Amino acid sequence: MTPPEGARVRPYLATRGRTRPVQETALEALVSATKSGRAHTIDAVPERERILRICLSPRSVAEVAALVRVPIGVARVLVADLETEGLVHVADPHVAYAGRVAPARDLNVLERVRDGLRRL
Amino acid sequence: MAFVDSEVVDGTQAVQDALSVKIVVAGGFGVGKTTFVGAVSEIEPLRTEALMTEASTSVDDLSMLPDKTTTTVAMDFGRITLAGDLVLYLFGTPGQNRFWFMWDDITRGAIGAVVLVDSRRLAECFGAVDYMERRGLPFLVALNAFDGIQYHGVDEVRDALRLSPEVPFVVTDARDRESVKQVLVRLVEHAMAIVRGG
Repeated sequence: MTPPEGARVRPYLATRGRTRPVQETALEALVSATKSGRAHTIDAVPERERILRICLSPRSVAEVAALVRVPIGVARVLVADLETEGLVHVADPHVAYAGRVAPARDLNVLERVRDGLRRL
Repeated sequence: MAFVDSEVVDGTQAVQDALSVKIVVAGGFGVGKTTFVGAVSEIEPLRTEALMTEASTSVDDLSMLPDKTTTTVAMDFGRITLAGDLVLYLFGTPGQNRFWFMWDDITRGAIGAVVLVDSRRLAECFGAVDYMERRGLPFLVALNAFDGIQYHGVDEVRDALRLSPEVPFVVTDARDRESVKQVLVRLVEHAMAIVRGG
């Protein structure tokens, strides 16, 4: 890992002890509100409220950024904070498959994608 | 097809997560990337932005606003729900090739890439082809033939791009859903062949 220096260090500080650097959350990672998240309808930060509302069904981090109209880096921090608080669940394929064949290199996954595309 | 509404429980108990995968749509400015994505996406392509100076800005400060030294890099993307537990995202690369930092983010963990080519501006795609080769990402080159107009023969284009023989080269119409579907299927098959070949 590159030693944190100057410009690189801030996003890591923003993770507040989370186990993975927030900037590595995949763009396609799916965010869904947990039970607590569904109940948490009012928040001091309007962007957080909006995320919890749109993530009643799973949305990618990229969709969160686009729909809440924040830059992708800000969306990652907001989602990571909500995850730390137990308000959302994040299904990040890079994390779920850590140490195993990546889904993009897994023949079973690729077959399902190919067949799904054919059926469209 | 709608998502099976996930019964996400609190905490970290095991839940059957939906899996999300992605395919990258690359190519020069104005070659039809967003049209291509829109032809198969179940949602209107969405646009998300990254700030060029993000890494050096306090991202935990929500009041952060782009200032005059900040460049906004935009990328468009779409979504295809393939099954209740499988979603495919299509990410278009930013129009300007110089934003490589964004390309790393977009291509990380991708199944592969479609490099769209406009036969009138072949050189526009060289950067994307080089990038995919360097990253070792499975890719194919798709000649976007608007209205069937081809200013060069298909073989000529392929030769001009100096593609390795194993890189698939196809002709497509980015506005046509069926054509775009076929390109994506071809790419996935190419990725499968690479996995099988080790």
